[in-house]
Amino acid sequence: MHLVLFLIFGGLCVAGALNLLLQRHPINSALSLIVVMASLAVLYLLLGAEFVAAAQVIVYSGAIMVLFTFVIMLLNAGKEDRTHGSSAAYLVGVPGVAALFALLAFIFLTQRDHLGQARLGDYLVTTTDLSKVLFKDLLLPFEITSVLILIAILGAVALARKEH
Amino acid sequence: MSILVFLLLSILKVAVVTVILLTAVAYTVLLERKVVGRIQNRWGPSRVGPFGLLQPLADGIKLFLKEDLMPTGVYKPLYILAPMISLACALISIAVVPFGATVRVRGVDMFQIADLNIGLLVILGITSVGVYGIALAGWSSNSKYSLLGSLRAGAQMVSYELALGLSLVGVVLRASSLSLRHIVDSQAAHGMWSWNVFGGFQFVAFLIYLTAAYAETNRAPFDMSEAETELTAGYHTEYSSMKFAMFFMAEYANMITVSCVATLLFLGGWTSPFGSLLPNFGGRFIIAILPVFWFVMKVLFFLFLYIWVRGTLPRFRYDQLMGFGWKFLLPLAIANIVATSLWLAIRGG
Repeated sequence: MHLVLFLIFGGLCVAGALNLLLQRHPINSALSLIVVMASLAVLYLLLGAEFVAAAQVIVYSGAIMVLFTFVIMLLNAGKEDRTHGSSAAYLVGVPGVAALFALLAFIFLTQRDHLGQARLGDYLVTTTDLSKVLFKDLLLPFEITSVLILIAILGAVALARKEH
Repeated sequence: MSILVFLLLSILKVAVVTVILLTAVAYTVLLERKVVGRIQNRWGPSRVGPFGLLQPLADGIKLFLKEDLMPTGVYKPLYILAPMISLACALISIAVVPFGATVRVRGVDMFQIADLNIGLLVILGITSVGVYGIALAGWSSNSKYSLLGSLRAGAQMVSYELALGLSLVGVVLRASSLSLRHIVDSQAAHGMWSWNVFGGFQFVAFLIYLTAAYAETNRAPFDMSEAETELTAGYHTEYSSMKFAMFFMAEYANMITVSCVATLLFLGGWTSPFGSLLPNFGGRFIIAILPVFWFVMKVLFFLFLYIWVRGTLPRFRYDQLMGFGWKFLLPLAIANIVATSLWLAIRGG
Protein backbone atom coordinates (compact mmCIF):
# COMPACT_ATOMS: atom_id res chain seq x y z
CA MET A 1 0.00 0.00 0.00
CA HIS A 2 2.70 2.47 1.03
CA LEU A 3 4.89 1.42 -1.86
CA VAL A 4 2.05 1.87 -4.36
CA LEU A 5 1.32 5.35 -3.01
CA PHE A 6 5.02 6.19 -3.08
CA LEU A 7 5.31 5.13 -6.72
CA ILE A 8 2.21 7.05 -7.75
CA PHE A 9 3.16 10.30 -6.04
CA GLY A 10 6.87 9.98 -6.74
CA GLY A 11 5.97 9.58 -10.42
CA LEU A 12 3.56 12.50 -10.24
CA CYS A 13 6.27 14.62 -8.66
CA VAL A 14 8.82 13.86 -11.40
CA ALA A 15 6.20 14.29 -14.12
CA GLY A 16 5.18 17.64 -12.67
CA ALA A 17 8.80 18.78 -12.54
CA LEU A 18 9.37 17.78 -16.17
CA ASN A 19 6.15 19.46 -17.24
CA LEU A 20 7.28 22.58 -15.41
CA LEU A 21 10.34 22.76 -17.65
CA LEU A 22 8.59 21.78 -20.89
CA GLN A 23 5.56 24.09 -20.71
CA ARG A 24 5.88 27.34 -22.57
CA HIS A 25 3.22 29.24 -20.69
CA PRO A 26 4.29 30.53 -17.25
CA ILE A 27 0.92 29.78 -15.66
CA ASN A 28 1.12 26.12 -16.71
CA SER A 29 4.61 25.92 -15.25
CA ALA A 30 3.37 27.46 -11.99
CA LEU A 31 0.55 24.92 -11.81
CA SER A 32 3.00 22.07 -12.43
CA LEU A 33 5.08 23.39 -9.54
CA ILE A 34 1.98 23.21 -7.33
CA VAL A 35 1.55 19.55 -8.34
CA VAL A 36 5.21 18.95 -7.40
CA MET A 37 4.75 20.63 -4.01
CA ALA A 38 1.55 18.72 -3.27
CA SER A 39 3.05 15.33 -4.19
CA LEU A 40 6.08 16.11 -2.03
CA ALA A 41 3.64 16.66 0.83
CA VAL A 42 2.21 13.17 0.26
CA LEU A 43 5.75 11.73 0.28
CA TYR A 44 6.41 13.43 3.64
CA LEU A 45 3.16 11.97 4.90
CA LEU A 46 4.27 8.49 3.80
CA LEU A 47 7.42 8.95 5.87
CA GLY A 48 5.25 9.73 8.90
CA ALA A 49 5.95 13.46 9.02
CA GLU A 50 2.35 14.66 9.20
CA PHE A 51 3.06 18.18 10.44
CA VAL A 52 5.70 18.80 7.78
CA ALA A 53 3.28 17.52 5.14
CA ALA A 54 0.52 19.90 6.28
CA ALA A 55 2.98 22.79 6.51
CA GLN A 56 4.21 21.98 3.00
CA VAL A 57 0.69 22.25 1.61
CA ILE A 58 -0.21 25.39 3.57
CA VAL A 59 3.05 27.27 3.01
CA TYR A 60 4.26 26.13 -0.41
CA SER A 61 1.18 25.02 -2.33
CA GLY A 62 -1.08 27.49 -0.55
CA ALA A 63 0.80 30.70 0.09
CA ILE A 64 3.98 30.89 -1.96
CA MET A 65 2.58 29.48 -5.18
CA VAL A 66 -0.47 31.74 -4.91
CA LEU A 67 1.95 34.67 -4.95
CA PHE A 68 3.65 33.17 -8.04
CA THR A 69 0.37 32.83 -9.93
CA PHE A 70 -0.64 36.25 -8.65
CA VAL A 71 2.45 37.85 -10.18
CA ILE A 72 1.96 35.97 -13.45
CA MET A 73 -1.64 37.14 -13.59
CA LEU A 74 -0.73 40.71 -12.69
CA LEU A 75 2.01 40.98 -15.30
CA ASN A 76 -0.18 39.14 -17.81
CA ALA A 77 2.85 37.11 -18.90
CA GLY A 78 2.33 35.53 -22.29
CA LYS A 79 3.80 32.48 -23.94
CA GLU A 80 7.57 32.28 -23.91
CA ASP A 81 9.57 31.62 -27.05
CA ARG A 82 11.58 28.44 -27.04
CA THR A 83 15.29 28.98 -27.66
CA HIS A 84 17.96 26.46 -28.40
CA GLY A 85 19.77 27.30 -25.19
CA SER A 86 23.27 28.57 -24.79
CA SER A 87 26.23 26.45 -25.79
CA ALA A 88 27.74 27.04 -22.35
CA ALA A 89 24.81 25.22 -20.81
CA TYR A 90 25.47 22.21 -23.00
CA LEU A 91 29.25 22.33 -22.51
CA VAL A 92 29.29 22.79 -18.73
CA GLY A 93 25.77 22.04 -17.56
CA VAL A 94 25.25 18.49 -18.85
CA PRO A 95 28.61 17.12 -17.61
CA GLY A 96 28.11 19.05 -14.36
CA VAL A 97 24.72 17.48 -13.71
CA ALA A 98 26.08 14.05 -14.61
CA ALA A 99 29.03 14.52 -12.24
CA LEU A 100 26.77 15.68 -9.42
CA PHE A 101 24.45 12.74 -9.94
CA ALA A 102 27.37 10.29 -9.96
CA LEU A 103 28.84 11.86 -6.82
CA LEU A 104 25.56 11.69 -4.91
CA ALA A 105 24.88 8.14 -6.04
CA PHE A 106 28.41 7.11 -5.03
CA ILE A 107 28.08 8.65 -1.56
CA PHE A 108 24.66 7.16 -0.93
CA LEU A 109 25.75 3.70 -2.07
CA THR A 110 29.05 3.58 -0.16
CA GLN A 111 27.91 5.31 3.02
CA ARG A 112 24.62 3.45 3.28
CA ASP A 113 25.34 2.02 6.73
CA HIS A 114 26.08 5.43 8.27
CA LEU A 115 23.04 7.24 6.89
CA GLY A 116 20.39 5.58 9.02
CA GLN A 117 17.27 4.06 7.60
CA ALA A 118 13.61 4.91 7.47
CA ARG A 119 11.18 2.61 5.79
CA LEU A 120 7.88 3.82 4.39
CA GLY A 121 5.05 3.76 6.91
CA ASP A 122 7.31 2.62 9.73
CA TYR A 123 6.60 5.29 12.24
CA LEU A 124 4.76 8.51 12.88
CA VAL A 125 6.28 11.78 14.08
CA THR A 126 3.49 13.48 16.00
CA THR A 127 3.34 17.24 16.37
CA THR A 128 4.23 16.79 20.06
CA ASP A 129 7.47 14.98 19.17
CA LEU A 130 8.31 17.62 16.62
CA SER A 131 7.71 20.52 19.02
CA LYS A 132 9.87 18.81 21.67
CA VAL A 133 12.75 18.74 19.20
CA LEU A 134 12.15 22.30 18.00
CA PHE A 135 11.58 23.97 21.35
CA LYS A 136 13.91 21.93 23.59
CA ASP A 137 16.72 20.12 21.79
CA LEU A 138 17.21 22.54 18.91
CA LEU A 139 15.89 25.72 20.49
CA LEU A 140 18.88 27.93 19.67
CA PRO A 141 19.14 27.09 15.94
CA PHE A 142 15.36 27.39 15.67
CA GLU A 143 15.30 30.85 17.23
CA ILE A 144 18.31 32.00 15.19
CA THR A 145 16.54 30.89 12.02
CA SER A 146 13.42 32.81 12.97
CA VAL A 147 15.49 35.93 13.66
CA LEU A 148 17.12 35.46 10.26
CA ILE A 149 13.71 35.35 8.59
CA LEU A 150 12.62 38.41 10.58
CA ILE A 151 15.67 40.29 9.29
CA ALA A 152 14.77 39.26 5.75
CA ILE A 153 11.23 40.57 6.24
CA LEU A 154 12.53 43.88 7.62
CA GLY A 155 14.92 44.12 4.68
CA ALA A 156 12.07 43.58 2.24
CA VAL A 157 9.99 46.27 3.95
CA ALA A 158 12.95 48.68 3.88
CA LEU A 159 13.53 48.02 0.17
CA ALA A 160 9.87 48.40 -0.74
CA ARG A 161 9.36 51.62 1.21
CA LYS A 162 8.66 54.73 -0.77
CA GLU A 163 11.23 57.50 -0.60
CA HIS A 164 9.96 60.66 1.03
CA MET B 1 -12.82 -5.93 11.35
CA SER B 2 -12.27 -6.90 7.79
CA ILE B 3 -11.00 -4.35 5.32
CA LEU B 4 -14.09 -4.86 3.15
CA VAL B 5 -16.54 -3.85 5.88
CA PHE B 6 -14.36 -0.85 6.66
CA LEU B 7 -14.29 0.21 3.01
CA LEU B 8 -18.03 -0.23 2.55
CA LEU B 9 -18.91 1.69 5.70
CA SER B 10 -16.45 4.45 4.78
CA ILE B 11 -17.89 4.84 1.30
CA LEU B 12 -21.37 4.88 2.80
CA LYS B 13 -20.30 7.60 5.26
CA VAL B 14 -18.77 9.71 2.49
CA ALA B 15 -21.90 9.36 0.36
CA VAL B 16 -24.25 10.27 3.22
CA VAL B 17 -22.16 13.26 4.31
CA THR B 18 -21.84 14.53 0.73
CA VAL B 19 -25.59 14.30 0.15
CA ILE B 20 -26.35 16.04 3.44
CA LEU B 21 -23.77 18.75 2.74
CA LEU B 22 -25.11 19.45 -0.77
CA THR B 23 -28.70 19.54 0.53
CA ALA B 24 -27.55 21.88 3.29
CA VAL B 25 -25.90 24.07 0.65
CA ALA B 26 -29.14 24.26 -1.34
CA TYR B 27 -31.21 25.13 1.72
CA THR B 28 -28.67 27.65 3.01
CA VAL B 29 -29.29 29.53 -0.24
CA LEU B 30 -33.02 29.43 0.44
CA LEU B 31 -32.47 30.48 4.06
CA GLU B 32 -30.38 33.39 2.87
CA ARG B 33 -32.99 34.54 0.37
CA LYS B 34 -35.73 34.22 2.98
CA VAL B 35 -33.87 36.00 5.78
CA VAL B 36 -32.44 38.76 3.60
CA GLY B 37 -35.96 39.16 2.22
CA ARG B 38 -37.39 39.64 5.71
CA ILE B 39 -34.57 42.08 6.59
CA GLN B 40 -35.51 44.11 3.52
CA ASN B 41 -39.20 43.91 4.42
CA ARG B 42 -40.31 41.51 1.67
CA TRP B 43 -41.22 37.83 1.61
CA GLY B 44 -38.46 36.16 -0.33
CA PRO B 45 -39.23 33.04 -2.41
CA SER B 46 -42.69 31.77 -1.52
CA ARG B 47 -44.21 30.32 -4.70
CA VAL B 48 -42.54 26.93 -5.23
CA GLY B 49 -43.93 24.48 -2.70
CA PRO B 50 -45.10 25.35 0.83
CA PHE B 51 -43.17 28.44 2.10
CA GLY B 52 -41.02 28.19 -1.03
CA LEU B 53 -39.39 25.04 0.32
CA LEU B 54 -39.00 23.49 -3.13
CA GLN B 55 -37.25 26.58 -4.50
CA PRO B 56 -33.72 25.01 -4.26
CA LEU B 57 -34.95 22.11 -6.40
CA ALA B 58 -36.33 24.49 -9.03
CA ASP B 59 -33.09 26.51 -8.96
CA GLY B 60 -31.06 23.34 -9.39
CA ILE B 61 -33.12 22.21 -12.39
CA LYS B 62 -32.91 25.67 -13.92
CA LEU B 63 -29.12 25.87 -13.58
CA PHE B 64 -28.72 22.35 -14.90
CA LEU B 65 -30.80 23.04 -18.00
CA LYS B 66 -29.14 26.35 -18.89
CA GLU B 67 -26.91 26.45 -21.92
CA ASP B 68 -23.25 25.99 -21.05
CA LEU B 69 -21.60 28.91 -22.84
CA MET B 70 -17.92 28.84 -23.67
CA PRO B 71 -16.87 32.43 -24.44
CA THR B 72 -14.29 32.93 -27.19
CA GLY B 73 -10.84 33.85 -25.97
CA VAL B 74 -10.91 31.86 -22.75
CA TYR B 75 -8.00 29.58 -21.89
CA LYS B 76 -10.01 26.39 -22.04
CA PRO B 77 -8.15 23.87 -19.79
CA LEU B 78 -8.00 26.24 -16.82
CA TYR B 79 -11.45 27.69 -17.52
CA ILE B 80 -12.90 24.20 -17.07
CA LEU B 81 -10.57 23.20 -14.24
CA ALA B 82 -11.17 26.28 -12.06
CA PRO B 83 -14.75 25.58 -10.90
CA MET B 84 -13.79 21.96 -10.21
CA ILE B 85 -10.90 23.03 -7.96
CA SER B 86 -13.20 25.43 -6.14
CA LEU B 87 -15.93 22.90 -5.51
CA ALA B 88 -13.58 20.00 -4.68
CA CYS B 89 -11.68 22.03 -2.09
CA ALA B 90 -14.94 23.25 -0.60
CA LEU B 91 -16.32 19.71 -0.25
CA ILE B 92 -13.18 17.89 0.92
CA SER B 93 -12.61 19.74 4.17
CA ILE B 94 -15.89 18.49 5.68
CA ALA B 95 -14.22 15.04 5.80
CA VAL B 96 -12.26 15.83 8.97
CA VAL B 97 -15.13 17.55 10.80
CA PRO B 98 -16.62 15.51 13.68
CA PHE B 99 -20.39 16.01 13.95
CA GLY B 100 -20.99 14.25 17.25
CA ALA B 101 -19.43 12.30 20.10
CA THR B 102 -17.54 9.14 19.15
CA VAL B 103 -20.07 6.40 18.40
CA ARG B 104 -18.51 3.28 16.99
CA VAL B 105 -20.48 0.76 14.96
CA ARG B 106 -18.32 -2.25 14.06
CA GLY B 107 -15.25 -0.17 14.86
CA VAL B 108 -16.18 2.61 12.44
CA ASP B 109 -16.74 6.09 13.83
CA MET B 110 -20.26 7.08 12.79
CA PHE B 111 -20.08 10.87 13.08
CA GLN B 112 -16.76 11.63 11.42
CA ILE B 113 -15.29 10.51 8.12
CA ALA B 114 -11.62 10.70 9.11
CA ASP B 115 -10.20 11.45 12.55
CA LEU B 116 -6.76 12.95 11.85
CA ASN B 117 -4.13 14.08 14.36
CA ILE B 118 -3.68 17.23 12.32
CA GLY B 119 -7.33 17.79 11.38
CA LEU B 120 -7.17 21.53 11.90
CA LEU B 121 -4.10 21.91 9.68
CA VAL B 122 -5.74 19.82 6.97
CA ILE B 123 -8.69 22.21 6.89
CA LEU B 124 -6.34 25.20 6.68
CA GLY B 125 -4.34 23.51 3.91
CA ILE B 126 -7.39 22.69 1.81
CA THR B 127 -8.73 26.22 2.25
CA SER B 128 -5.42 27.67 1.10
CA VAL B 129 -5.47 25.50 -2.04
CA GLY B 130 -9.04 26.62 -2.74
CA VAL B 131 -7.73 30.08 -3.70
CA TYR B 132 -6.56 28.64 -7.02
CA GLY B 133 -10.11 27.96 -8.16
CA ILE B 134 -10.96 31.66 -7.94
CA ALA B 135 -7.58 32.93 -9.15
CA LEU B 136 -7.53 30.68 -12.23
CA ALA B 137 -11.18 31.36 -13.02
CA GLY B 138 -10.52 35.07 -13.26
CA TRP B 139 -7.33 34.71 -15.24
CA SER B 140 -8.56 32.11 -17.73
CA SER B 141 -11.80 33.99 -18.44
CA ASN B 142 -9.83 36.64 -20.31
CA SER B 143 -12.13 39.41 -19.14
CA LYS B 144 -11.23 42.51 -17.17
CA TYR B 145 -13.98 42.14 -14.60
CA SER B 146 -13.04 38.54 -13.92
CA LEU B 147 -9.34 39.33 -13.66
CA LEU B 148 -9.89 42.24 -11.27
CA GLY B 149 -12.25 40.13 -9.18
CA SER B 150 -9.85 37.25 -8.89
CA LEU B 151 -6.88 39.52 -8.16
CA ARG B 152 -8.85 41.07 -5.34
CA ALA B 153 -9.94 37.65 -4.08
CA GLY B 154 -6.40 36.28 -4.24
CA ALA B 155 -4.86 39.18 -2.33
CA GLN B 156 -7.67 39.21 0.18
CA MET B 157 -7.61 35.48 0.86
CA VAL B 158 -3.82 35.31 1.23
CA SER B 159 -3.87 38.29 3.61
CA TYR B 160 -6.72 37.10 5.80
CA GLU B 161 -5.44 33.53 5.89
CA LEU B 162 -2.62 34.78 8.14
CA ALA B 163 -4.95 36.37 10.67
CA LEU B 164 -7.23 33.33 10.46
CA GLY B 165 -4.43 30.84 11.08
CA LEU B 166 -2.91 32.87 13.89
CA SER B 167 -6.26 33.34 15.61
CA LEU B 168 -6.52 29.56 15.95
CA VAL B 169 -3.16 29.24 17.73
CA GLY B 170 -4.65 30.32 21.07
CA VAL B 171 -7.22 27.52 20.88
CA VAL B 172 -4.57 25.00 19.89
CA LEU B 173 -2.36 26.12 22.80
CA ARG B 174 -5.22 25.59 25.23
CA ALA B 175 -6.08 22.14 23.91
CA SER B 176 -2.41 21.27 23.21
CA SER B 177 -3.56 19.28 20.20
CA LEU B 178 -4.39 19.81 16.53
CA SER B 179 -6.99 17.05 16.51
CA LEU B 180 -10.50 18.48 16.28
CA ARG B 181 -11.88 15.85 18.66
CA HIS B 182 -9.30 16.70 21.31
CA ILE B 183 -10.01 20.40 20.92
CA VAL B 184 -13.72 19.77 21.54
CA ASP B 185 -12.98 17.45 24.49
CA SER B 186 -10.88 20.19 26.07
CA GLN B 187 -14.01 22.39 26.22
CA ALA B 188 -16.43 19.77 27.48
CA ALA B 189 -16.02 20.06 31.25
CA HIS B 190 -18.66 22.57 32.42
CA GLY B 191 -21.00 23.16 29.50
CA MET B 192 -21.07 26.70 28.18
CA TRP B 193 -18.55 28.06 30.73
CA SER B 194 -15.70 25.92 29.48
CA TRP B 195 -16.20 26.81 25.81
CA ASN B 196 -13.19 28.60 24.40
CA VAL B 197 -15.15 31.72 23.57
CA PHE B 198 -16.30 32.24 27.19
CA GLY B 199 -14.33 30.32 29.81
CA GLY B 200 -11.29 29.93 27.61
CA PHE B 201 -10.97 33.72 27.23
CA GLN B 202 -10.54 33.32 23.49
CA PHE B 203 -13.22 35.84 22.53
CA VAL B 204 -10.64 38.07 20.85
CA ALA B 205 -9.51 35.10 18.79
CA PHE B 206 -13.16 34.30 18.12
CA LEU B 207 -13.84 37.76 16.70
CA ILE B 208 -10.66 37.63 14.59
CA TYR B 209 -11.59 34.20 13.30
CA LEU B 210 -15.11 35.27 12.44
CA THR B 211 -13.96 38.40 10.59
CA ALA B 212 -11.20 36.58 8.74
CA ALA B 213 -13.54 33.74 7.88
CA TYR B 214 -16.00 36.14 6.25
CA ALA B 215 -13.12 37.48 4.16
CA GLU B 216 -11.88 33.97 3.35
CA THR B 217 -15.27 32.91 2.02
CA ASN B 218 -15.66 36.18 0.08
CA ARG B 219 -18.87 37.05 1.85
CA ALA B 220 -20.31 40.44 2.71
CA PRO B 221 -18.98 42.81 3.98
CA PHE B 222 -15.79 41.50 2.34
CA ASP B 223 -17.26 40.38 -1.00
CA MET B 224 -14.92 42.62 -2.95
CA SER B 225 -14.20 39.89 -5.49
CA GLU B 226 -17.78 39.84 -6.71
CA ALA B 227 -18.81 43.41 -5.98
CA GLU B 228 -21.63 43.69 -8.50
CA THR B 229 -21.72 47.47 -8.52
CA GLU B 230 -18.20 47.71 -9.93
CA LEU B 231 -17.23 44.27 -11.28
CA THR B 232 -20.51 42.84 -12.70
CA ALA B 233 -20.06 39.48 -10.95
CA GLY B 234 -16.31 39.38 -10.32
CA TYR B 235 -14.39 36.21 -11.01
CA HIS B 236 -17.39 34.24 -12.31
CA THR B 237 -18.68 36.86 -14.74
CA GLU B 238 -17.98 34.67 -17.77
CA TYR B 239 -19.35 31.46 -16.29
CA SER B 240 -22.78 30.01 -16.96
CA SER B 241 -24.87 26.95 -16.25
CA MET B 242 -23.31 24.21 -14.08
CA LYS B 243 -19.89 25.85 -14.01
CA PHE B 244 -21.41 28.90 -12.39
CA ALA B 245 -23.42 26.65 -10.10
CA MET B 246 -20.21 24.96 -8.99
CA PHE B 247 -18.74 28.29 -7.82
CA PHE B 248 -22.01 29.09 -6.13
CA MET B 249 -22.10 25.73 -4.35
CA ALA B 250 -18.44 26.09 -3.38
CA GLU B 251 -19.13 29.45 -1.73
CA TYR B 252 -21.96 28.08 0.38
CA ALA B 253 -20.13 24.82 1.17
CA ASN B 254 -17.21 26.95 2.39
CA MET B 255 -19.62 28.92 4.57
CA ILE B 256 -20.84 25.70 6.13
CA THR B 257 -17.29 24.39 6.71
CA VAL B 258 -16.22 27.67 8.29
CA SER B 259 -19.29 27.57 10.55
CA CYS B 260 -18.46 23.96 11.52
CA VAL B 261 -14.88 24.91 12.39
CA ALA B 262 -16.03 27.93 14.41
CA THR B 263 -18.42 25.66 16.30
CA LEU B 264 -15.74 23.07 16.98
CA LEU B 265 -13.04 25.50 18.06
CA PHE B 266 -14.93 28.15 19.97
CA LEU B 267 -18.41 26.90 20.89
CA GLY B 268 -17.54 23.48 22.21
CA GLY B 269 -18.52 21.49 19.13
CA TRP B 270 -21.20 18.92 19.87
CA THR B 271 -21.19 19.42 23.66
CA SER B 272 -24.38 20.65 25.27
CA PRO B 273 -24.39 24.27 26.48
CA PHE B 274 -25.86 23.13 29.81
CA GLY B 275 -23.07 20.64 30.57
CA SER B 276 -24.07 18.19 33.29
CA LEU B 277 -27.00 20.36 34.42
CA LEU B 278 -29.12 18.54 31.88
CA PRO B 279 -29.34 14.88 32.92
CA ASN B 280 -28.87 12.15 30.35
CA PHE B 281 -32.18 10.78 29.23
CA GLY B 282 -33.48 8.38 26.63
CA GLY B 283 -31.83 5.31 25.28
CA ARG B 284 -28.56 4.83 23.44
CA PHE B 285 -30.00 6.29 20.28
CA ILE B 286 -31.00 9.60 21.87
CA ILE B 287 -27.63 9.89 23.61
CA ALA B 288 -25.89 9.40 20.26
CA ILE B 289 -28.12 11.84 18.37
CA LEU B 290 -28.40 14.67 20.91
CA PRO B 291 -24.79 15.91 20.41
CA VAL B 292 -25.42 16.07 16.67
CA PHE B 293 -28.48 18.20 17.40
CA TRP B 294 -26.41 20.70 19.42
CA PHE B 295 -23.77 20.75 16.70
CA VAL B 296 -26.31 21.49 13.98
CA MET B 297 -27.94 24.21 16.09
CA LYS B 298 -24.60 25.95 16.59
CA VAL B 299 -23.74 25.70 12.88
CA LEU B 300 -27.18 27.12 12.03
CA PHE B 301 -26.49 30.01 14.41
CA PHE B 302 -23.30 30.84 12.49
CA LEU B 303 -25.05 30.56 9.13
CA PHE B 304 -27.77 32.89 10.36
CA LEU B 305 -25.08 35.31 11.55
CA TYR B 306 -23.52 35.21 8.08
CA ILE B 307 -26.82 36.16 6.48
CA TRP B 308 -27.64 38.75 9.11
CA VAL B 309 -24.26 40.44 8.55
CA ARG B 310 -24.84 40.39 4.81
CA GLY B 311 -28.22 42.01 5.20
CA THR B 312 -26.89 44.68 7.57
CA LEU B 313 -23.37 45.85 6.75
CA PRO B 314 -22.27 47.77 3.63
CA ARG B 315 -19.25 46.59 1.65
CA PHE B 316 -15.74 47.64 2.65
CA ARG B 317 -13.58 49.73 0.38
CA TYR B 318 -10.68 47.68 -0.96
CA ASP B 319 -7.80 49.61 0.68
CA GLN B 320 -9.69 49.66 3.98
CA LEU B 321 -10.08 45.91 3.73
CA MET B 322 -6.37 45.26 3.23
CA GLY B 323 -5.40 47.80 5.90
CA PHE B 324 -7.82 46.23 8.35
CA GLY B 325 -6.42 42.76 7.74
CA TRP B 326 -2.73 43.61 7.96
CA LYS B 327 -2.65 46.49 10.40
CA PHE B 328 -5.36 45.53 12.83
CA LEU B 329 -6.32 41.83 12.74
CA LEU B 330 -2.80 40.43 12.32
CA PRO B 331 -1.18 42.32 15.26
CA LEU B 332 -4.25 41.58 17.38
CA ALA B 333 -3.96 37.86 16.60
CA ILE B 334 -0.27 37.89 17.56
CA ALA B 335 -1.07 39.76 20.79
CA ASN B 336 -3.68 37.11 21.54
CA ILE B 337 -1.10 34.34 21.07
CA VAL B 338 1.36 36.09 23.41
CA ALA B 339 -1.31 36.70 26.05
CA THR B 340 -2.61 33.12 25.88
CA SER B 341 0.86 31.59 26.11
CA LEU B 342 1.77 33.86 29.04
CA TRP B 343 -1.43 32.93 30.84
CA LEU B 344 -0.87 29.22 30.22
CA ALA B 345 2.78 29.46 31.29
CA ILE B 346 1.94 31.29 34.54
CA ARG B 347 -0.91 28.95 35.37
CA GLY B 348 1.00 25.85 34.39
CA GLY B 349 4.01 26.88 36.50
